[in-house]
Amino acid sequence: MGSTNSTLLKIPNVEVLMQETGFSPAHIIRLHDRFKALDKEGRGHLCPHDFGAIKELAMNPIGDRIIGAFFSPGKETVDFHTFVKILAHFRPVDKDRPKEPNSPEPINSRSNKLKFAFQLYDQDKDGKISRDELLQVLRAMLGMQVTDEQLESIADRTIQEADLDRDDTISFEEFRKSLEKINIDHKMSIRFLR
Amino acid sequence: MEGAWEIAFVFFQVWLSIVVGLIMLPAMFGVSLGFTDIYIKVLVKTLEWATLRIQRGQKEQAALPSQSANGIIEKDDGSMQEEIGELRRSHPKNLAGGDFTLCDAFYFCKKGIENIVEDQVTQRFTSEELASWNLLTRTNNNFCYISLRLTIIWGLGVFIRYCILLPLSVKNWLSDLVHITCYRICARGLSATIRYHNKENRPKKGGICVANHTSPIDIVILANDGCYAMVGQVHGGLMGVLQRSIVRSCPHVWFERSEMKDRHAVAKRLKDHIADKTKLPILIFPEGTCINNTSVMMFKKGSFEIGGTIYPVAIKYDPQFGDAFWNSAKYNMVSYLLRMMTSWAIVCNVWYLPPMTRQDGEDAVQFANRVKSAIAHQGGLVDLSWDGGLKREKVKESLKEEQQKMYSSMIIGSDFNEASVGPA
Repeated sequence: MGSTNSTLLKIPNVEVLMQETGFSPAHIIRLHDRFKALDKEGRGHLCPHDFGAIKELAMNPIGDRIIGAFFSPGKETVDFHTFVKILAHFRPVDKDRPKEPNSPEPINSRSNKLKFAFQLYDQDKDGKISRDELLQVLRAMLGMQVTDEQLESIADRTIQEADLDRDDTISFEEFRKSLEKINIDHKMSIRFLR
Repeated sequence: MEGAWEIAFVFFQVWLSIVVGLIMLPAMFGVSLGFTDIYIKVLVKTLEWATLRIQRGQKEQAALPSQSANGIIEKDDGSMQEEIGELRRSHPKNLAGGDFTLCDAFYFCKKGIENIVEDQVTQRFTSEELASWNLLTRTNNNFCYISLRLTIIWGLGVFIRYCILLPLSVKNWLSDLVHITCYRICARGLSATIRYHNKENRPKKGGICVANHTSPIDIVILANDGCYAMVGQVHGGLMGVLQRSIVRSCPHVWFERSEMKDRHAVAKRLKDHIADKTKLPILIFPEGTCINNTSVMMFKKGSFEIGGTIYPVAIKYDPQFGDAFWNSAKYNMVSYLLRMMTSWAIVCNVWYLPPMTRQDGEDAVQFANRVKSAIAHQGGLVDLSWDGGLKREKVKESLKEEQQKMYSSMIIGSDFNEASVGPA
């Protein structure tokens, strides 16, 4: 494989990584270059500050939450493997993949994509989106453009529509059901070139 | 064993004398033996052939859209309204569109992840990845073994580059000749073929020459065709040695980087220099940092406040033969020069544009933009409005607010009429 081998060899456990995530060697190399570009001090891992340096991300209303998704609770750094695994959520769904009964679900399955999105709302990770959590997301996305009352009414209406068991929170199943008609593959996928 | 060493030594001597005879001597006298042109022609044919072979070899693989050789990902260019609208149309309960829905977050999430993988600013600062492979494995990640023939050619290429071109240029580099000759040798060493256009517009004494900046080689390229006074920051290390040797032959204006911060001192010194009509034209690269030769970022207005006549020059490197871009964050000077010297060749075009002066009622920024567009237009470069300084700065809060405003107008719009009804 020519020179690609030399770069790949520098990455530990790259075979496992490719198998778990489904990225091709070329993708891994490009992501590795990107990782190194973000890791300005060359420490071999990223911290939230490195993500914050990306201009368009800092501009994104839920940019903080997206950055937070890369860091497991309690951890303040993310290594290359974790970086790639998180990004793997956004690979388009493999339509040709044979369904083996015993193999684990691929990272980029529809369900896992939904779980990723759910996580953005459910910050305390208790498996439910509470009214408060919903308000926080709404406040992040709308900023100071709306009043508190408007925010509350939007939150109330959203819960009313999605909350089927009337416990005033949205569980993952309710979340999934409410979005069943959405083309998740299209909306939560990024097409990697080559 | 000894016999082998002797043979090798003889071979080495012969080779050395060829090198001196064929390259250094003509360079000293400014005579071109026409080798470079032939060399370039052969190179082009070889590269085209090589690309075809690879493409044939890759035909079985699924054809992916090759729209952006630069990008890692294919981005959806829909606006916020379009994308969120699409998301909502699939939502059964939404008819008027104007409600918040849980899937709205998907849009922001996807945009965020896209930006983590690739953002517009950083993209400008990475080397162009070529659609055609130029036998330099650095510039193409998908190089794989296609055929024996190709590998042999590649091997030959490595041999030529490392054994012939490299020592050549090292030798040339250390020589201590007169100003233009010195640069000319450098250009030969780098196998540079430079085409100058519109020589009648060449910068005259007492003027300021302004050019877009891609690599330190720019100086070599321009100095090959005229004498300039340089304005620049003092570099440490190897570059500093080179700088000091240049200073001996021509009066230059060097600054420390911290001195550059004092704009008034800089401006004064430059003003004094151009007021003296016998002094050589000053060469300035207003962008302040290296761009990857596909776009011209915002020019810093300092150079344009000084007054005097500006002679814009557009430099464009042909990326087919070797990538001249220097990412100062990634490579230091020595490894960069090594890369340059072992590239096939540097082919670039230099256009001298007609002189411009600041017009009445035009402030420095507008003037700078005007010059910038002229350069970008001539060189076929993309005229970007990003400021090169963005590479090192953080974004302002107000941009985030804009996003929030846009989004809230979608929600609040028709929303508030229903709010009065309220949940049961």
